Amino acid sequence: MRRGIAATALVAALALAATACGGDDSGSGKSDGPVTITWWDTSNATNEAPNYKALIAKFEKANPTVKVKYVNVPFDTAQNKFTTAAGSKGAPDVLRSDVGWTPGFVKSGFLAPLDGSPAVTDTSAIDQTLVKQAQVDGKTYGVPLVTDTLGLLWNKDLLKKAGFDKAPTTLDELKAVSKAVADKTDADGFWLHADAYYLMPYLYGEGTDMVDAAAKKITINDAAAVKAVTEAKSLLSAPGVHKLDATANKYANMQDAFNNGKVAMIVQGPWELTNIYKGKAFTDKANLGISAVPAGSTGTAGAPLGGHNLVAYAGQDAAHLKASEKFIGYMTSAASQTEITTKNGTLPTRTDAVTPAVKALPGVSEFQALLANGKARPALPEYSSLYADLATNYVKILQGKDSVQSGLDATAKSYKKLVPTFSD
Amino acid sequence: MTVAAEGGAARVRPPGPISRIKQSYNKHWYAWAMVAPVVLVLIVLVLVPLVRGIYLTFTDATSDNVGRTIGVNHIPDTFKWVGFDHYQEILSGGDGQFWPHFVWTIVWTVVCVTLHYSIGLSLAMMLNRKLRGRTFYRVVLILPWAVPTFVTVFSWRLILADDGGILNSALGALHLPEPGWLSDTFWQRVAAIGVNTWVGVPFMMLSLLGGLQSVPAELYEAAEMDGATPWQRFRHITLPSLRSVSSTVILLGTIWTFNQFVVIFLLFGATGGEDAQILITWAYRLGFGQMPRDYAGSATYGVLVLSMLLVFATFYRRWQARGEQGGLR
Repeated sequence: MRRGIAATALVAALALAATACGGDDSGSGKSDGPVTITWWDTSNATNEAPNYKALIAKFEKANPTVKVKYVNVPFDTAQNKFTTAAGSKGAPDVLRSDVGWTPGFVKSGFLAPLDGSPAVTDTSAIDQTLVKQAQVDGKTYGVPLVTDTLGLLWNKDLLKKAGFDKAPTTLDELKAVSKAVADKTDADGFWLHADAYYLMPYLYGEGTDMVDAAAKKITINDAAAVKAVTEAKSLLSAPGVHKLDATANKYANMQDAFNNGKVAMIVQGPWELTNIYKGKAFTDKANLGISAVPAGSTGTAGAPLGGHNLVAYAGQDAAHLKASEKFIGYMTSAASQTEITTKNGTLPTRTDAVTPAVKALPGVSEFQALLANGKARPALPEYSSLYADLATNYVKILQGKDSVQSGLDATAKSYKKLVPTFSD
Repeated sequence: MTVAAEGGAARVRPPGPISRIKQSYNKHWYAWAMVAPVVLVLIVLVLVPLVRGIYLTFTDATSDNVGRTIGVNHIPDTFKWVGFDHYQEILSGGDGQFWPHFVWTIVWTVVCVTLHYSIGLSLAMMLNRKLRGRTFYRVVLILPWAVPTFVTVFSWRLILADDGGILNSALGALHLPEPGWLSDTFWQRVAAIGVNTWVGVPFMMLSLLGGLQSVPAELYEAAEMDGATPWQRFRHITLPSLRSVSSTVILLGTIWTFNQFVVIFLLFGATGGEDAQILITWAYRLGFGQMPRDYAGSATYGVLVLSMLLVFATFYRRWQARGEQGGLR
C-alpha cells in the first residue's frame, strides 16, 4: 500500500512525456567514521549560499565526526521536492523550511521533534511568536533560523525628485506619490506584485485573512476581503503604477526594475536586501527607504511574519539524527546568526544575536522595527496550501477576467476542499 | 506424426488453448526464456503501476491520506473507495477544468499538427530540389530539433517576454500593439502553438524528405510529358507516394502534440498560464504541482487521456487501412 506514491507517479509519468527527477542523495554514512548529513538549503544560491557554506566549514572543524553535504534547492520548488523525497530515498536530513510549511510537514509525519536535543538550546532568546510558529501540539519541530516580514521599500532619490521625503502610509498616499513620481521622473511609482503572499498586507489592512482558523471559517470571500482585493486592484489602474505583470518572470522583473531605479516603490522582504544593494540605484545604500506597508481602511498596517526554520527529517537513523540536531543547534546559535545577519542582511531570530554591529547594518534595524507589525500564521496544516488557488484567482481578477467577488467565491469554493470542516 | 485418418470419426480437431501453449512452449521454450526478463520488467514498470493508477481513480487519494512510513512515524492509508465519483465530476464539468482544457487541447493538437505537417512538407519539397548549399540549409533547419528543448523554450521565453522581450521591443519600435505573449490567455495560446511548431517542424521535414527521396523521378517526368501542372503533380504523385510516411508521422505527431508537456510547462512556469494548460500539464499540476497533491484526480485525468489516445489511434488506423484499400481499386 505504501508504494502508492511511486505507483501513481509512474502512471502519471506514463501519460506525461517528461518529469524532472530529483537527484538521489541520501545521506548514507557508515556507523564508524564521520556521519554525513545532507542539508537542503533554500537560500539565494549566489548571495547567501557561500556564507552558509563558510559556516558549515566552521561547524565541521568543530565537530570532526560530522560531515555536512550542502545542497542548494530553489525556494519555490523546495516544498514540492521535499514532499516527493520524503518517504523514499533521497530526502535530506536537514531542511531549511519555510515557517508556513511546518504544520503541513508535521501532519504528513515528515519531521522529527527536537525538544530536549542539542538543536533547541535556549529558546528564551528567540522571539516567542517564532518559537510558537515552529510548534505543533506543544512539540517543537523547527528551530527558527531567519525571520522576515514584508515592508514598503522605496527609492529615496526618486521620491525626493517627486517632492516627498517620507514614504506613503496609506493606499491613497501611495497612489498620490506614484502619480508624482511618474510625472516628475521617468520611473514608475509603484509595482504591484501579483502574488497571493504579497496580497496578505491588503487583507490584514482590512482586518481579515484567507481563513479564520480559530472560528473555523473561510473568510476569503467576505466583505472585508472583497474590499482588500478591490483596493489592491485599484492600485493597478492608478496613474504611475506599473502595468500588471502576470508572466512567470514577474518576480525577477519587479526586482530588476527596482534595483535599476525604474520603479520607485515595491513591497518586499529583507531576503532581497543584498541583491538590492548590488543594484545600480542603490550603490549608495542610504538611498533605500524601508517602512511599513501602507495601511488599509482599518488604519493598521499588517504583513505576514515569514522566515525559515531548520527542521530534521523523521526518516533518518539515530546517528544521523544526532548529527542533524548538533548541526541545527550550531546554525541557529547566536554566534552563527550574527554572522548570517552580517553577511546576508537577513533578520536574526535571537535577540542575543543582535550585536551593536548588527544594529548598524543598513536595512536590518529598519526591518526589525517592522517585525512588530508581523502577523504569525495560524497552526493550520493546510494554511500554506491556501496561497496557490488565491494566487491564480487574484491574477484573473487583476487581469479583469473575473470580478472580485466571483473570483474570491471561486477561491472559497476550492478552500472548501482543503478545509472541509470550515464553514463558508 | 500422428494424424487422425482422413474421413475417420475423429476429425482433426484444432488443439485446445492449453495444449497449444504447451506445444509452443516445447517448440519455442528458448524464445520464452529470452523474453521473460523483458516481460517481467514491463509488468513491474508498466502493468502494475497502470492497474494501481486505475485503482486510484476510484478512490479519493491525496498526498495527505496515502499511508507512508517515515522513520518512526507510521501513517496508515486513510483514503477510501469513491467509485466513479471522479469520472462523474470531471466528465460532467463539475471540476470546471476538464472541458475547457479538453477543447483547448484539441485545438492545440489540430493546429499544431496541421502547421507541423504543412510547413514540414513545404520545407522538405524545397530541400528536395537540387540547389546550391542544400546541406547547409538542411543542417540549419534541423537545428531547432538538435537543441535541447528546454534551451529552445527558455530562449523563446526571453524573446516573447511581455516587457523588454525582443519581439515586443521590435513591435513597439514599429508602433504596433505589444500583446502579452506570456500573460494574456489568447496570446499565451498563440505563443505556445508558435513555439511548439518551431520545435516540431524539423522532425516532420526530415521524415517527409526521406519519403520524397524515394519517389522515382520518372513519375514526374512522365506526368510532365502528359502536361500535368505542378499542382496536379503534387496532388496526384507527391501526396499519394507519401501516404505511408504521412500517415505514420501524423499519427505520431498527434500523440506527441497531445502529450506535449515540456513546451507548455516551461513556457508558463509551474504555476502560470492556467488557461493555456493542456490536459497533460493540468494532470501534472493536480498530481505534483500543488499541495496537497490530488493523486486520484491526476490519475483520472491520466486514464482519460490514455483512453482518448487509444480510441483515436484505433480509429485512425482503421481509417488509414480503408483508405489504402480504396487506393488499390
